[in-house]
Amino acid sequence: MNGPHDLGGQMGFGAVAPEVNEPLFHAEWEARALGLTLCSGALGRWTLDESRHARESLPPAIYYSASYYEIWIRALEVLLHRHGLVDAGDLAEGPTRAAPDPKRLDAARVAAALARGTLCDRPIAGPARFAPGDRVRARNLHPRGHTRLPRYLRGHPGRIEADHGGFVLPDSNAHGHGEAPQRVYTVVFDGAEVWGADAEPGLTISADLWEGYLEHA
Amino acid sequence: MFGHKVTPKGEKTGPPMPHDHPFDPHDNHLDPMEARVRALETILTTKGLVDPAAIDAIIDTYANKVGPQNGAQVVARAWDDPDFAAWLRRDATAAIGSMGFTGRQGEHMNAVFNTEGQHNLIVCTLCSCYPWAVLGLPPVWYKSPAYRSRSVIEPRAVLAEFGMTLPEATAVRVWDSTAELRYLVIPMRPAGTEGWSRAALAGLVTRDSMVGTGLARVAA
Repeated sequence: MNGPHDLGGQMGFGAVAPEVNEPLFHAEWEARALGLTLCSGALGRWTLDESRHARESLPPAIYYSASYYEIWIRALEVLLHRHGLVDAGDLAEGPTRAAPDPKRLDAARVAAALARGTLCDRPIAGPARFAPGDRVRARNLHPRGHTRLPRYLRGHPGRIEADHGGFVLPDSNAHGHGEAPQRVYTVVFDGAEVWGADAEPGLTISADLWEGYLEHA
Repeated sequence: MFGHKVTPKGEKTGPPMPHDHPFDPHDNHLDPMEARVRALETILTTKGLVDPAAIDAIIDTYANKVGPQNGAQVVARAWDDPDFAAWLRRDATAAIGSMGFTGRQGEHMNAVFNTEGQHNLIVCTLCSCYPWAVLGLPPVWYKSPAYRSRSVIEPRAVLAEFGMTLPEATAVRVWDSTAELRYLVIPMRPAGTEGWSRAALAGLVTRDSMVGTGLARVAA
C-alpha cells in the first residue's frame, strides 16, 4: 500500500537528531511494549509480515505523530482484536483469568527463542528469471495490500547484483494467503536514475527485491 | 482502569532511564502510553497469553547481552583475521553465527566493507529493519522519518548531521533493508593499530560506524 511508512525520498521531516548517550528506552512503558510485542508474536497467530502491515495501516496522522513503540502498541492492539485474543469485554469488565496458552512464551524459553529467530528463506523450484548483471526495472506496481517494493524505486531501471534464493513473499504472507516464496535479488540503482539531476554525485542505492517486483529492462 | 493494580518494577531489572523522565512506581498520575501499555500487559497476563517474566527476560537480553558490543567483536576479528573477513564476505550469516551471534533480526546477514572508494550506509525506508543480533535495538534516529526519508536521497547531507564529511571521491552506497537480509557495515581499520589485540580493536568500533553514520574511532 502507498502508506505513511513508505518514506524514501519524502521531504519535510527536518534534521536527523542523533541523541548523545541515548538510553535504550526513553520510558519504562517502551521496554514493556517491546516485550509485549515479541511475546504476543510468539503466540503464532500472525506473521511478522502481518504485523508490519498493521503498523503501516495506521492512519497517517497517527503514524507520523507517534513514537515507534507507540506505533508498535497501536498495531499490536489491532492484531489482538483481529485474532480474537482481546475483545471489548476485556476492556469493559476486565479479563477473565485463564490457563496459560500452549504457545505462551515462558521466561525460560526466551533465550532460545531469541537466539533462534525466524528463518524466512525457503527452497524454491525452477530457474531464476534474472542473473547477476542483468538490467531490470522495478515494476510500476501500486498494490492496495502489503508490499516491500518502495515507491521511490518503482519504474526505475537497475542492475541485478546478487541472487539470494527463495524467501517468503510478504505481499502474500501478510494477508494470510500463504508464503508463496519467490527469489530475492539485490538490485542496484544509480542515484541519477532515481532522482535525476537532483541526485548527489556518486550515489548508488540498493534494495532487496522479490522477483515479481521486477521486469527485464 | 478495570481494577488494574500498578505493579512496581524493581530498579534492579529496569532498563536505564533518562533523568528527565524519572520512572516513579508510586506515581498514580500515569502518562497515557504508560497506562495503555500497563492495561494491555494486565489483560494479556490474566488471559494466560503473556508471561511478565518473559518480558523481563527480553528486556534483560537487549539491555545486557545483545548490543553493539557483539558487532564490534565481529569487526575487530574481520580486521585482524583475513580468512574470517573472507568468510564474512562469502557467508556473513555463518561467519557471524560462528561467534555465537544468531537469531532474531539477524537470521540472514550480509556484511558490507567500507573502502577508500566506497562508503556504505544502512537504512530501512519502509520500517525499522536493523541487525539486532549484532547491534541490538535500533536508536530512535534510525527509526525516525527524517533518517528513513533522507538517507536514500541525500545521504551526504545526513552524514553531515552526524559530523561526517566524506571525500568527494568516495562514492556512497545506500542499502535499503527492504527484505529479510540485515546489514552490518565493516568500517575501515584506523591507521596506527598494527599489532593491537582484538579487544583493543573492538574498543574503536562504534555502533554508528557499523550502520555507516560514523567511522571507527581514531587510535589514541
